[in-house]
Amino acid sequence: MNEKIRQAIGDHARLGGDIHTLADDADLYQAGMTSHASVNVMLALEDAFDIEFPDRMLTRTVFESIASIRAALTELQPSLAA
Amino acid sequence: MALRIGFDLESPARVSESLAAHGERYLRRVYTAAEIADCRRVGVVDPCRLAARFAAKEATFKAIGVGTAAASWRDVEVLRGPSADPRLVLHGDAATLAQAAGIRELSLSLSCAGSFGAAIVIALVYG
Repeated sequence: MNEKIRQAIGDHARLGGDIHTLADDADLYQAGMTSHASVNVMLALEDAFDIEFPDRMLTRTVFESIASIRAALTELQPSLAA
Repeated sequence: MALRIGFDLESPARVSESLAAHGERYLRRVYTAAEIADCRRVGVVDPCRLAARFAAKEATFKAIGVGTAAASWRDVEVLRGPSADPRLVLHGDAATLAQAAGIRELSLSLSCAGSFGAAIVIALVYG
């Protein structure tokens, strides 16, 4: 799951660095992701995992790190944790 | 009473890229139906007007003092008043956050010029 998350971030977050060296708990906004870029990451994740984030999850805290994204995806689709 | 200001810029080029990549889904997840209708010109959505509205949503979170993307994008809605002046309507978590921060009134100014859509929000804070 982490690799698909990193792919979405690498393709859409515009971080400018190597996404594979980013720690799971690194703050993506501190790393350079804008709020608008986070929308593109969110939509790319929906495509990659065939899910839809509810409005209550469309906030900064959900998309601030690989770890927080993974937690949100697992909450939406528990089978991803397996 | 105190004043608090929020300011933000967004690039119409970035909005165009999102529209190209995600189409109507991008519109539906970020903007309300009224905002989308307000940004359409002859059936085509104007990226600069959308960029200014996205900037308004961010500027509103800053004026409330809760940081960027503190609530769903559609919780902050830009509507047009009787004289076409823009005004803000808060819904859901954004309204709750504003109330908790003591904000009673919000004033909005939008600008759209080539490379940027911009917004300034002024909040009147009581208490």
